[in-house]
Amino acid sequence: MLQLTGVRAGYGSFQALFDVSLEVRAGEAVGVIGPNGAGKTTLMRVISGLIRPTAGQLTMEGVDVLATPPHRIVELGIAHVPESRRLFPRMTVEDNLKMGGFAPAARAKFRQRLAVVYELFPRLRERRRQLAGSMSGGEQQMCAIGRALMSEPRLLLLDEPSAGLAPVVVDHVFALLGTIRAAGVTVLIVEQNVQQVLRVVERAYLLKAGRIRAAGAAGELLDGARLREAYLGV
Amino acid sequence: MGVFDIYLLEALINGVLLGGVLALLSLGLNLVFGVIDVVWICYAELIMLGMYAMYFLASVYHAPLLLAAALSIAAVGVLGVLLHVLVIAPLLGAAPINQLLATGGVLFFLQSAATILFGIEFKNLGLRLPVLKVAGMFISYSRLLAFAAALIGMVLVYLFLSRTYTGAAIRAIAQDRQIMTLMGVDSRRIYVITSALGGGLAGLAACLLVLQYDVHPFVGLSFGPITFLICVLGGLGNFLGGFVAAFVFAEIISVGGLYLDLEWGYVFAFAFFIAMMFVRPQGLLARRS
Ligand SMILES: Nc1ncnc2c1ncn2[C@@H]1O[C@H](COP(=O)(O)OP(=O)(O)O)[C@@H](O)[C@H]1O
Ligand SMILES: [Mg+2]
Repeated sequence: MLQLTGVRAGYGSFQALFDVSLEVRAGEAVGVIGPNGAGKTTLMRVISGLIRPTAGQLTMEGVDVLATPPHRIVELGIAHVPESRRLFPRMTVEDNLKMGGFAPAARAKFRQRLAVVYELFPRLRERRRQLAGSMSGGEQQMCAIGRALMSEPRLLLLDEPSAGLAPVVVDHVFALLGTIRAAGVTVLIVEQNVQQVLRVVERAYLLKAGRIRAAGAAGELLDGARLREAYLGV
Repeated sequence: MGVFDIYLLEALINGVLLGGVLALLSLGLNLVFGVIDVVWICYAELIMLGMYAMYFLASVYHAPLLLAAALSIAAVGVLGVLLHVLVIAPLLGAAPINQLLATGGVLFFLQSAATILFGIEFKNLGLRLPVLKVAGMFISYSRLLAFAAALIGMVLVYLFLSRTYTGAAIRAIAQDRQIMTLMGVDSRRIYVITSALGGGLAGLAACLLVLQYDVHPFVGLSFGPITFLICVLGGLGNFLGGFVAAFVFAEIISVGGLYLDLEWGYVFAFAFFIAMMFVRPQGLLARRS
């Protein structure tokens, strides 16, 4: 479904990703783990078009993502829940969701998508007239995920959805992943919470200093990760 | 009610009427700043050109007033887009000081161009609108009209911002510029639409101001600084703050002018502004953060 080949990217003269190749197959949940500053967020930004790679290929269901204007990548079926949520704090929950469904095709389905999102997050329905910035961290994360689901994505990119949340809320977020996948959405998730994420994904990549250092089934990495914890500090 | 009270009430009412027009003036500037993050220093010069458009269409070519107003608003809206495409867009990545200098340069360019094209004589529509006498107070019909039109203009903008997808994107982009791409929004398009809207609001303001004031190439200097101060007082880019600040300013001018004379009203208003900059530098309705 998603294929990255030899992707290099960075900020100005600083290179953050070095020849990253990665694949996500339809229906899978794939994790990207790695220490702080490894380039995980940069990788997500490259996929959703927030930054353009300096080299490499990127395709989504065979379509060349790099030939698509960045603001139309969401129409290819890719939705990105950015790191630290990035809601529009002074807009209501429902206006935030409306922004998630901005693309022309999504507008036509607004009511239908809204019903799906409210079904998944009944809490958001209760709070739909409330300013997004006034909600708790967990509710904001649900709103951020809901906003991404408004575009009816086939691939959902989640960048550290559990960061800054209380442990019970973290469990809830990970449990939701199952529901989202059951709806047929493929997931690529970045997490610092290595142990927990490796229990919900099938495969994972270990990124360090901008390079893929290991890849494999979640179970294998889980064992390996225990070993690596000592010297990687992840 | 004593005579004194009637004067005070009249001043308060005039303050509200002035406030409506000032609120409209500040809305255009605020909108552009909030969305594009650039201050149109030449905003009042767009208004000046709109006033000339009204003058030529209505007084020289004898177009009906409403038609002249519609054409003037559209013309200044187009000017707003041209300003954006020709001057702002190429400088979006540049340092803010360069953007200020560039729109400042446009200010002098427009003043000089207007002087060459239209001369320095004061022009007006030659309309003599009646003065209403209500309960012993004198309320100018043109101010009432300007207030009503400003209010209608602001309500329309409010509906646009709150009801449409483009309006939602305009509000959203003012809160988080970078992630608009993820929402499927082409920011460049939103900038152009906002510039058209900002220009259109300047055009509407021009139509209302030309009912009360003569137009000349330097007329922008009479509204530009006060509009800018209102936006700063309300918190640049904060639409509601600008709205409140416009009425606060207008009341100070109007009521202050009652006790001394109008010039003193402005002195009080600017003194208030300076004092507020010490007390609440982030603007009247600043959020604590
Ligand atoms: N906007 C930016 N400008 C410049 N450098 C950045 C920016 N964002 C991230 N970086 C740098 O790129 C590298 C990778 O960052 P990031 O992708 O955020 O890592 P991670 O998400 O794995 O913590 C880091 O060295 C970071 O300092
Ligand atoms: Mg990160």
